[in-house]
Amino acid sequence: MYIWENRMLKVENVNAYYGDLQALWGVSLHVDEGELVVLVGPNGAGKTTTLKVITGLLNFASGGVSFNGRDLDRMPAHKIVELGICLVPEGGRAFSGMSVLENLELGAFVSDARKVKDQTIQWVYEIFPRLAERKDQLAGTLSGGERQMLAIGRALMSKPKLLLLDEPSFGLAPILVQQMFNMIETINRQGVTVLLVEQNVRAALELAQRAYVIENGRMVGEGKGDDLLSFESIRSAYLG
Amino acid sequence: MIEVAVQNLVFGILLGALYGLAAVGIALVFGVTKFLNVAHGELLMFGGYASFWLFSLFDLDPFLSLPLVIGFLLLIGVVLYQLLFVRMVKLSEEDKIKNTMLIGFGLTLVLQNIALLLWTADDRGVTTSYSGQAFTILGVRFPYVRVAGLVISLICLISLQFFLRRTYTGKAIRATVEDWEAASLVGIDVKKVYLLSFLLGTALAGVAGTLVMVSFSVEPAMGMHWTLKSLIVMVLGGVGNFVGTFVGGILLGVTESATAFFIPGGGNYRQVVGLVLFLLILIFKPQGLFGKKER
Repeated sequence: MYIWENRMLKVENVNAYYGDLQALWGVSLHVDEGELVVLVGPNGAGKTTTLKVITGLLNFASGGVSFNGRDLDRMPAHKIVELGICLVPEGGRAFSGMSVLENLELGAFVSDARKVKDQTIQWVYEIFPRLAERKDQLAGTLSGGERQMLAIGRALMSKPKLLLLDEPSFGLAPILVQQMFNMIETINRQGVTVLLVEQNVRAALELAQRAYVIENGRMVGEGKGDDLLSFESIRSAYLG
Repeated sequence: MIEVAVQNLVFGILLGALYGLAAVGIALVFGVTKFLNVAHGELLMFGGYASFWLFSLFDLDPFLSLPLVIGFLLLIGVVLYQLLFVRMVKLSEEDKIKNTMLIGFGLTLVLQNIALLLWTADDRGVTTSYSGQAFTILGVRFPYVRVAGLVISLICLISLQFFLRRTYTGKAIRATVEDWEAASLVGIDVKKVYLLSFLLGTALAGVAGTLVMVSFSVEPAMGMHWTLKSLIVMVLGGVGNFVGTFVGGILLGVTESATAFFIPGGGNYRQVVGLVLFLLILIFKPQGLFGKKER
């Protein structure tokens, strides 16, 4: 077991609420530098909430979140992006009234990323050549798959150290889902640490180096991706 | 007869440009922050009084005093925002609209009474060397002051469009209009964007106020009238498309003067026509003439 040096993201014992409703109960997880970690669980289990807590969209009531040793408690969302964490929210949420290029440029909004914008855009076009073909098109006119690529491309433009992906395969045709997972693997191989939230459990677990299982706001399992695949409870609950 | 009709059309357009400018300000603030600042008309009034004072006390031409008026309005804007509106930022969209309306109505009363104290209830206007002068094309009069109003309104609109389309900060504003959460996820400081948009709105109110003052006059109770026109125009043009909003202003101006022209005694119905237009748009095209449908 390696110790702390490359521990990038640490979420410890987090309790979080939506109003009076508790959504996370003592959730802990960690992501080490270079890893591709998957968080799986049924609808409403708290996967998205966990990502919201990490990215500052939701303040947590107790517990701790740190990134490369920096405490993220109460830090506003845009500061967290500056530190190098970028979330691709569910559905991508590209700015539909703007062109593909404008979306990508906005991805490089933080000052460090803005300086190297032109190189980063070439990198993004290499990963998603389709975006280069469509760069002057309005994001709202793209297909579902292209819009998801754009959302990931926009996130990469911020030169994230840690990329958070919320169900990037949601709503994609089965043939595109595998492509999407391949692209995520490519991005991870190029040095971007990834925390992936997925409902597509089998494909996600095959891809992941490590995985967490969350249910009803509580972590109920952790292990190597392959190991979890053979877990009886996971098999029966998610893989049928 | 045809000359009179064209003259009416021209005056409608010139007045409509001022409606448009006032409405672009309120629409910009609403589009970005979802603050419905019903005291926008009072801010406009303060812009008018500011340039009136600069003229009567220091003999400063109203068009030359525009930068000073803008500065004055920015100051008012910062104070109002930090004192009142900043507390609304974290509320849900619906609560923002409701609460800022209440704040706005309160402000309306306060600002009106300040104006009464400082400038009395009389109509205030200025007479410059070029007031009342006009050039004539084919028998149609174009008063200098009003034409300057149109030109300045257009300059404001074009600069705003340029700012929103070409600069990083402007794009951040557009991104926030579309989806503030996604905007914060690319590292945009949404609170800063809110403040900036609010200030842009107040500055535009100041410019509009100056133009109204030189073209007509100002008085303490004028604010509600201008807020109402701005809201009609905002709904007419559709939220989130400022060129559309401006065109909506011109449409309202033209409709009003057409009413006065075509309906006998129609001058009395000018106000009504705007409101009827407002209701028709809400019923048949709630996203506005140039607005996008909600997805």
